[in-house]
Amino acid sequence: MPEHFARGLRIVGHRVSNGIWRLGFATRFFVTILARSALSFRRFRGLTFREIYFAGVLSLIIIIVSGLFVGMVLGLQGYETLQKFGSSEAVGTLVALSLTRELGPVVSALLFASRAGSAMTAEIGLMKATEQISAMEMMAVDPIARVIGPRFWGGVLSMPLLAAMFSAVGVFGGYLIAVVVIGVDEGAFWSQMQNSVDFRQDIVNGVIKSVVFGVAVTAIALFEGYDAPPTAEGVSGATTRTVVTSSLAILGLDFVLTAFMFKGI
Amino acid sequence: MENLVEIKDVNFAYDVRPVLKGINMSMARGRIVAIMGLSGCGKTTLLRMIGGALRPVTGTVTVAGHVMNELGQDALYGMRRKMGMLYQFGALFTDLSAFENVAFQIREHTELPEAMIQDLVLMKLNAVGLRGAQHMMPAELSGGMARRVALARAIALDPMLIMYDEPFTGLDPISMGVISNLVRRLNDALGATSIVVTHDVQESLKIVDYVYFMADGVVVAQGTPEEIRNSRAPFVHQFVWGEMDGPMPFHYPGAPYRADLELGVAGA
Repeated sequence: MPEHFARGLRIVGHRVSNGIWRLGFATRFFVTILARSALSFRRFRGLTFREIYFAGVLSLIIIIVSGLFVGMVLGLQGYETLQKFGSSEAVGTLVALSLTRELGPVVSALLFASRAGSAMTAEIGLMKATEQISAMEMMAVDPIARVIGPRFWGGVLSMPLLAAMFSAVGVFGGYLIAVVVIGVDEGAFWSQMQNSVDFRQDIVNGVIKSVVFGVAVTAIALFEGYDAPPTAEGVSGATTRTVVTSSLAILGLDFVLTAFMFKGI
Repeated sequence: MENLVEIKDVNFAYDVRPVLKGINMSMARGRIVAIMGLSGCGKTTLLRMIGGALRPVTGTVTVAGHVMNELGQDALYGMRRKMGMLYQFGALFTDLSAFENVAFQIREHTELPEAMIQDLVLMKLNAVGLRGAQHMMPAELSGGMARRVALARAIALDPMLIMYDEPFTGLDPISMGVISNLVRRLNDALGATSIVVTHDVQESLKIVDYVYFMADGVVVAQGTPEEIRNSRAPFVHQFVWGEMDGPMPFHYPGAPYRADLELGVAGA
C-alpha cells in the first residue's frame, strides 16, 4: 500500500512540476513575442494584414452563421419567457445585452479557438516538424519576430472584430424571429434596446473581453504549435490541447472579467 | 591553406547522454569536407553546432575567426548571413513558390530593388536548372527538385560556408548525381567552403576533398577519399563497402539463439 501511495504521489508530483515548467515556458514565450513585435507593425501590410485575413476573414462564415442562429434562439427563448410577464417588447434588450456582454465575446472566442487557433497550432507545429523554423533561424531570420509575431497580432486584432460581427448578426437574428416571425412591435424592439444598452458598460466591456480572449487564444495556439514535438502525433496532440486549453481559459477569464466589470450592477 | 572552420576539443551531451566526445576537426577554405558515420553518431549535432544552433559543453567551434559558441544573437545572425544550409528534405517554406523561397533571404536582409531581386533569384534558380519551375509550389516539386530549390535558396546570398545535412537521402540515382555535381560546381563557382554530412559513401567520395569518419561521438578515421577507400580500419572498411558484419554486428545484442529457441532445455 505505501508503495502504491508513493508511486501515485510521484506521478502527481511529476505532472505538477511538468505543468509549472510549461507555464514558465509559455510565459517566457509570451513575453518574447511582445518584445519582438516591432516587425509585425513595421511590416503591417506585408505580414500582419495577411494573418488578419487568415485568422479573421476566413473565420467569418462560421462566426456569421453561428451568430445568426444564437440570435434566433435568444429571440425565441427570450420571447417565450418575457411574454409570461407581459414584457415581450423587452426581447430586444435581452438579445442585445446577452450578445454584447457575454455571448458575443465568449462564443466567438470559442469558435475562433477551434477554427483559427487549431489551424495556427497545426501550421506552426508542421513548420517545426519539417524544419522550416530551423531553416529560418539558420537564414538569420528570427522566427518569433517573422512568423509568430504577425500571427499573434493578426489573431488579437481579429478577435474583437469577429465578436462585433457575431453580436451584430445575432441582434439581426433576434430581430428576424421576434419582429418578423413572431410579430413583436418593431419600434418597441429597437427603442428598448437603444435605451438599455450602455456604450461604456456593455459595448466597451464586451470589446475588452474579446481582446483578452484574443490574446489568450492566440498565445496558447502559437505556444502549443511552437512547443509541439516534431511528429504527426505531437502536432495532433498540440492541436487538441489548443482547443481544450483555450476553451477553458476563455470560460475562466470570462468569469473573472465579468466579476470585475459588472459586480456593482 | 587557411582554415575556415576549426573545431577544438568539443564535447556535447543531450541531458546526460554524451553525443560528441573530444571532437577535433578543421576545414580549409575552398574545400568540400564530408562528415560520415552511422545514424545517431553526432554528425547533425556537429553541423548544428557549426551553425551556432547548439553550443558545446566544452571546447570551441570557430568559423572565420569567430568563436560561434561565444556570440550573442546579433553577432550570430550576422555570421549566419554568410552561411547557407541545405536540410535533409529541403525545408522549403510550403506557402511560398520556388521563386519566393529563393527570394526570401534576399528580401529579409537587403533593400535591393525588386528588379534586381528578380534577376538574382532567376540566376540562382538557373544555376540549379530550375528557372522554368520558378512559379511552382513546394508541393508540386519532386524530391530532387525540392532539394535543388533549397540549394538555390542556400546560396542566395553567396555564402562563404555551405552546410549540407544528408543531401542525398531519398533521391533517385539521377537526382543524386545532379545534386552531388551541383555541390561541387557551386562550391567552386562561389569560392565557398562546404561541409557535407552524409552516410552516402559512394556518391560523396566522388566530390569531396576530405573525409572525417565518426562513430559513437568520436572521430575514428580521416583522410582524402582515396585514403578512405583504401583504409584497413575495420569500421571504415565495413562502412565504405557496406559489409553486413564487422565492428557493427548484424545481430542486435540479445540472449543466445539456442536459449531463445529453448533448444537443449529439458522438457522443452
